[in-house]
Amino acid sequence: MALLEVRDLTTHFRTDDGIVKAVDGVSFSIEKGKTLGIVGESGCGKSVTCLTIMGLNPKKMTISSGEALFKGEDLLHASSSRLREIRGNDVAMIFQDPMTSLNPVHKIGDQLGEAILLHRDVTKRQARARSAELLKAVGIPHAERRLDDYPHQFSGGMRQRVMIAMALVNDPDLLIADEPTTALDVTTQAQILNLLDRLQEEFGSAIIMITHDLGVVAEIADEVVVMYAAKVIERAPVGDLFRKPRHPYTWGLLGSLPRLDTDTERLVQIPGSPPSLLNPPAGCRFNPRCAYAFDRCRAEQPVLEPVPGEAEHLQACFLDEETKERENRRLQAGSLAEEAS
Amino acid sequence: MFRYLIRRLLWAGVLFIAVTVVTYVIFFIIPADPARLAAGQRATPDEIVRARHFLGLDKPVPVQYALFLKRLVIDHSLGHSFTNRQDVNKVVLTAAPVTASLVFGGVILWMMLALPIGVLSALRPRSLLDRGGMMFVLIGISAPVFWVGLILQYAIGFRLGWTPNSGYCDLLNTQGGCGGPADWAYHLILPWMTFALLFAAIYARMIRANTMDTMNEDYVRTARAKGAPESQVLRSHVLRNALLPVVTMLGMDIGIALGGAIFTETVFNLPGLGKLAVQSISTFDLPMIEGVVVFTTLCIIVFNLIVDLLYAWIDPRIRLA
Repeated sequence: MALLEVRDLTTHFRTDDGIVKAVDGVSFSIEKGKTLGIVGESGCGKSVTCLTIMGLNPKKMTISSGEALFKGEDLLHASSSRLREIRGNDVAMIFQDPMTSLNPVHKIGDQLGEAILLHRDVTKRQARARSAELLKAVGIPHAERRLDDYPHQFSGGMRQRVMIAMALVNDPDLLIADEPTTALDVTTQAQILNLLDRLQEEFGSAIIMITHDLGVVAEIADEVVVMYAAKVIERAPVGDLFRKPRHPYTWGLLGSLPRLDTDTERLVQIPGSPPSLLNPPAGCRFNPRCAYAFDRCRAEQPVLEPVPGEAEHLQACFLDEETKERENRRLQAGSLAEEAS
Repeated sequence: MFRYLIRRLLWAGVLFIAVTVVTYVIFFIIPADPARLAAGQRATPDEIVRARHFLGLDKPVPVQYALFLKRLVIDHSLGHSFTNRQDVNKVVLTAAPVTASLVFGGVILWMMLALPIGVLSALRPRSLLDRGGMMFVLIGISAPVFWVGLILQYAIGFRLGWTPNSGYCDLLNTQGGCGGPADWAYHLILPWMTFALLFAAIYARMIRANTMDTMNEDYVRTARAKGAPESQVLRSHVLRNALLPVVTMLGMDIGIALGGAIFTETVFNLPGLGKLAVQSISTFDLPMIEGVVVFTTLCIIVFNLIVDLLYAWIDPRIRLA
């Protein structure tokens, strides 16, 4: 059984302008100890997917349906008290901006301790010892002493380490990392990714890594879900995705990665901008921006299906395999990836 | 910290000089002759000249100001009233407890109203409670204080007869038929309500806005992601941050209000600083006006200092230097 199995997850937000279909029929699963990357542009629904699983969307505005089975238990229909037991204990989350994700008026030690005391029946002293242990594990020097510091006394990278420590403090089975490196500078990004990699081995947690950065995915993920306009358009083991991308949108994403090993003059750019989720285009949602679109793409919505001959590689695209193979070869020779190979 | 205090005290001195000078200047710009008033209605020109000399009003204005400063700094005296020769120190010190009673009771009442209204309407935006709360705020901000006072007097004091309509009873001193904590509070109920309404409205709106802003902060989401129950999220993460600016406002408003809640004191005939100020201005009683100004300035300076010190204590991001 998968650790987390998401089936046909849909999240709609009621807004003044109408209903925003932020997540529309998303399915994926993740095994124990594995890493799943969710990739896509801003606003494609990757964060909302995870917030929905955690039950952290504003209740009044949100309509969700589908299933999110965590160890067989549906989180979407769990009571809020049961969700509180799971959050921070079995499933923990790291957020994008470490500068604002920690409470400025509480000491680091108290914020870590809170996470422990909410789920474990331990004394404050024990919670403090555990907090120090975790700060040490994420590589914060003088951990013991720094427990009494406030968030503003830490740099961005250090704060993200604190966030990671806080997420791992109860040894969760699943860690959801929502763009954990986006707000950090490049050297710090690499450090944080290495840290996550190392901690995953140490703690054995599964990780869902939400990112718009394919470099991050190549480095850390086992499997990748590519989302576009609230839908999954391609899903594949990381090697397959970089070697044989099947969806024109994925081609665009890969083509927009700067690379050192080819002398491409210009990066590939996907024309246009993502559609409004208030009123998405008919047919395939990518069709207005897709160079390969034909009549069927504008009329019919493609469903996520296995690529012929590859059970683990799923795509939602009508384009014929021949064209795909040809484009793949062309792109491989040009600017596109061998990244993961 | 020590240097910070020294700097603050020096600034307080500058502020004090500025405020008193401005009061002097304004007073002498007003085309009135306090000597004529002091000398009485049927005084001869000769008597008026003597009165002017006696009050020191024949000296140049800067000299008068210097004398005022000398009295204050060396003799710790604010001088004597132009109109009835009373010791200004004594008069101000008798009026101050009245205003203080009104203000501190009022602050407690206004926070008791503003906190629940502000927080609850932030938690349930657009609900009936929120709309009702904001209606209260609109009324509280729009209604003139003296009108509210009169209406309360009429409805509660006169028609229902539940409270006295005016007057003040000392908290401790039981001379003159009334006094003691019970009488004191009984007489202040209506003034407290009147005084608190406007502030309660302003604060409810401020607390609502701050709470709503804070609810959207990332660290509140972090707290929820940790599995904290809503009550704990609200208490330890939302309110702790949302109420920081309220502390600043509160300190400043208390300082200013201690200078006299003019409307409330006038409507309810409370012998506080506000009423004293109005009286002194209408009789051109410069020493008395300066007395109230000096006391008010002192209150504002002291309360601002308290707020700054308190703020450094409750908000770890702020260090005094």
